[in-house]
Amino acid sequence: MKDQSLTRAKNPLVRFAISNAVPILFIILLIFAVPLSGFSTDYLLNEIITRLGRNSFLVISLLIPVMAGMGLNFGIVLGAMAGQIGLIFMLDWGVVGIPGIVLAMLVGTPIAILLGLLAGTILNRAKGREMVTSMILGFFINGIYQFTILYGMGSVIPISSNKLLLPRGYGVRNALDLLSVRKVLDNMWSVEISGVSIPLGVFSIIAALCIFVFWFTRTKLGQDMRAVGQDMQVAATAGINVDRTRTLSIIISTVLACFGQIIFLQNIGTINTYNSHDQVGTFAIAALLIGGASVAKATIPNVFIGITLFHLTFIVAPRAGKELLGQAQIGEYFRVFVSYGIIAISLALYAWRRQVEKETERRRAKAAIKAAIEDGTGG
Amino acid sequence: MDEKQYLLRMENISKDFFGNQVLKDVTIRVGKGEIIGLVGENGAGKSTLMNILFGLSVIHETGGFQGRIFLEDNEVNFASPFEAIEAGIGMVHQEFILIPGFTATENILLNRESTNYNILVEVFGERLRTLDREEMHKRAVKAIEKLGVQLDPDMLVSEMPVGHRQFTEIAREMDRQSTKLLVLDEPTAVLTESEANTMLKAARKLADSGLSIIFITHRLSEVLEIADRLVVLRDGQVVRELESSKTTPREVASLMVGREIKDAISVRSNDSEESEIVLDIKDLWVDMPGEQVNGVNLQVHKGEILGIGGLAGQGKLGIANGVMGLFPAEGEVHYKGEILPLNNPVSVLSKGIAFVSEDRRGVGLLLDEPIDLNIVFTAIQIQGRFIKNFLGGLVKWRDEKEISRVAREYVDSLQIKCVSEKQEAKELSGGNQQKVCLAKAFVLEPDLLFVSEPTRGIDVGAKSVVLETLRRQNREHGTTIIMTSSELEELRSICDRIAIVNEGKIFGILPPTADPADFGLLMLGEQEEVKSGV
Repeated sequence: MKDQSLTRAKNPLVRFAISNAVPILFIILLIFAVPLSGFSTDYLLNEIITRLGRNSFLVISLLIPVMAGMGLNFGIVLGAMAGQIGLIFMLDWGVVGIPGIVLAMLVGTPIAILLGLLAGTILNRAKGREMVTSMILGFFINGIYQFTILYGMGSVIPISSNKLLLPRGYGVRNALDLLSVRKVLDNMWSVEISGVSIPLGVFSIIAALCIFVFWFTRTKLGQDMRAVGQDMQVAATAGINVDRTRTLSIIISTVLACFGQIIFLQNIGTINTYNSHDQVGTFAIAALLIGGASVAKATIPNVFIGITLFHLTFIVAPRAGKELLGQAQIGEYFRVFVSYGIIAISLALYAWRRQVEKETERRRAKAAIKAAIEDGTGG
Repeated sequence: MDEKQYLLRMENISKDFFGNQVLKDVTIRVGKGEIIGLVGENGAGKSTLMNILFGLSVIHETGGFQGRIFLEDNEVNFASPFEAIEAGIGMVHQEFILIPGFTATENILLNRESTNYNILVEVFGERLRTLDREEMHKRAVKAIEKLGVQLDPDMLVSEMPVGHRQFTEIAREMDRQSTKLLVLDEPTAVLTESEANTMLKAARKLADSGLSIIFITHRLSEVLEIADRLVVLRDGQVVRELESSKTTPREVASLMVGREIKDAISVRSNDSEESEIVLDIKDLWVDMPGEQVNGVNLQVHKGEILGIGGLAGQGKLGIANGVMGLFPAEGEVHYKGEILPLNNPVSVLSKGIAFVSEDRRGVGLLLDEPIDLNIVFTAIQIQGRFIKNFLGGLVKWRDEKEISRVAREYVDSLQIKCVSEKQEAKELSGGNQQKVCLAKAFVLEPDLLFVSEPTRGIDVGAKSVVLETLRRQNREHGTTIIMTSSELEELRSICDRIAIVNEGKIFGILPPTADPADFGLLMLGEQEEVKSGV
């Protein structure tokens, strides 16, 4: 595509712009916002690297349900909750460092599998409306999660450490310090290149996950998921257990989100017991969409492009807002506004883009036929 | 034939749905390497018989069936289609059951892919085996070779011509080593003539290699050409078994319907040429998937029946759909001297143009609504009829009495077989649904009527009623009719002029009395060879 000269490439260029409208919009936005913010390149690079390490795992967890035709899984919130429960037990049992992270994952995994099974079962009853169902399911499970943490822990579920519990003796405190595991993955293997520190440990975990996802698409299960994603009826006729395949995709996604949330929180260093998971789904989905993904197609490059653009916007927006309007708060406002806005826009653009693609296809076909007819009469 | 040699015997099969007897003591035997043609009107029991063979849940849920099925002399009673497939019975459906974004190979081997072992299988199970693309390719090529057709194993189904999709389906059955019996349900219904020929050749080749085939079709000439024996079903009973070499289409057709079919070529005074032009189509382009129209010019005279024929996929269906605004269209269309806005169904309908779509169940009917509402629906929406106004038109109610009366009228005049006019459209058979679609168009009292594939997939009896109704509408009400059909004989029996579409353009217009060979030549794009004068 690239080496086509501009004179000939007008059509492909337009097509490229249309199919990547969202990322291009954000790049244009950043071209103005980055200089306005006045941040140094080093600072921005550092921030981006940190956030890539922090968020990639969560965003990648969205890919497999998209492949299975279930759209963007807002239900990764469930996985995030499972991860947080794992971390709470890890804190209680006083396991530190990398063994602590592994323990949190081990505790979180069965919970994530159960929640994923629940989500998958429910989404199978809401075929075609997976996105909104998974979102509402997230809110519902959030209620159960909060109830368990607030009333169950320390009373029914044994928590021995008083540091974790509210003064009344049961219920977990609002904010928990993760000092014992803070940045253990990031610092596991970290190099510094001209002032930019790169957490190679986390990146190799992410790379391994990418390889896994890529490999997964070539397995029988991956093939079944692609089939189910394109046409459930045909897949069912061929003997593929559609419901089970869909459930599996949600379970995998939920478990990956559980790991993702643990990686995210070890980097942050604290848990807001009752809020940390709140926006996980929304932000991950917004990032993926900004990276050029759609409801029906999401790739690994979408993940990284998306996180870079989305978080760069967040970093520079408060400062740019301050420089422009004298208010830094505009940045926080911007964060929420952008996330929800971009999801809405992406969903609408997805429909629009398909229409445009059809229209251009038609014009091209017509032109080709006309040309052929003229050729015939001329020659 | 000695009993031992039969691959499949279905003996004394009877089946009723809640007291409604649909099969009575039907016995069918299929020999090894034999092609059996199963013919019968819609509702004769063909589908029910096949559903019983495949053990579909609809049979078990309605109390099973009487009779016995033997496959290679072992009595079988399949609990589900998967068991039937396991036992070696393959089914190729009328509607394609393929994944559009997959290649031919991936579809042929869907859920039977070749895989390789890896260590994760030990933890997570068989489904984590990786696909062996090379082996899959080889198997697909082998299956395609058995068919003896041209099919690119790496082509996406979404990019294939219709015929190749059909071959992909059959190749899928061929990849199963165990397949002994293939049921082809209307396999040529959506194919062009040349594709259908290739398809028939492929079927013959498979039979010669020892596979038994049950061939279900409405196209008599095809079934006569390919089948060794014909089994004619009527009203749930086997009327007769025939050697296909010793019979004629006429005999089969009359056995099927149980009544004589009149030769129905109409001889009309051909004065419409002189009359005014009611519809003038100039350079019409229509983007209808699979029925692309590429610059059609066509003039329609007042009061005539104009036929539009041509092979499937050449664009004949696109013309009506484009003019009616159902698919994106460009060009210039004049109706009674005025410009007709394209891509705007409401304005076309309100000018007194009606359309009976080829997509009966999708475009033509509200399947969940009763017959009467279906008939008047467009009239209510477009013409504001069958409405009672209250409070000076602020509140509008449907005039149920009038709706029922009109519906009953059409039920009688078109012989719509139903319990009452309140029966839901989806419960009707194809032919009766088509009659409802016609009534829906007639009630608009159109000056110009587009009818697309009015007899597709309906039985011979309903066919003649539909054609007779169209002819009457034209004669008695002076309605100009533009009828699109894949069946040339049908067009010749009713039309004043017949335009043949090829590659999205009109290739020629012939009178119905022209030599059939000329029509064939036009369909194949051989304009120069035609003698009758275009």
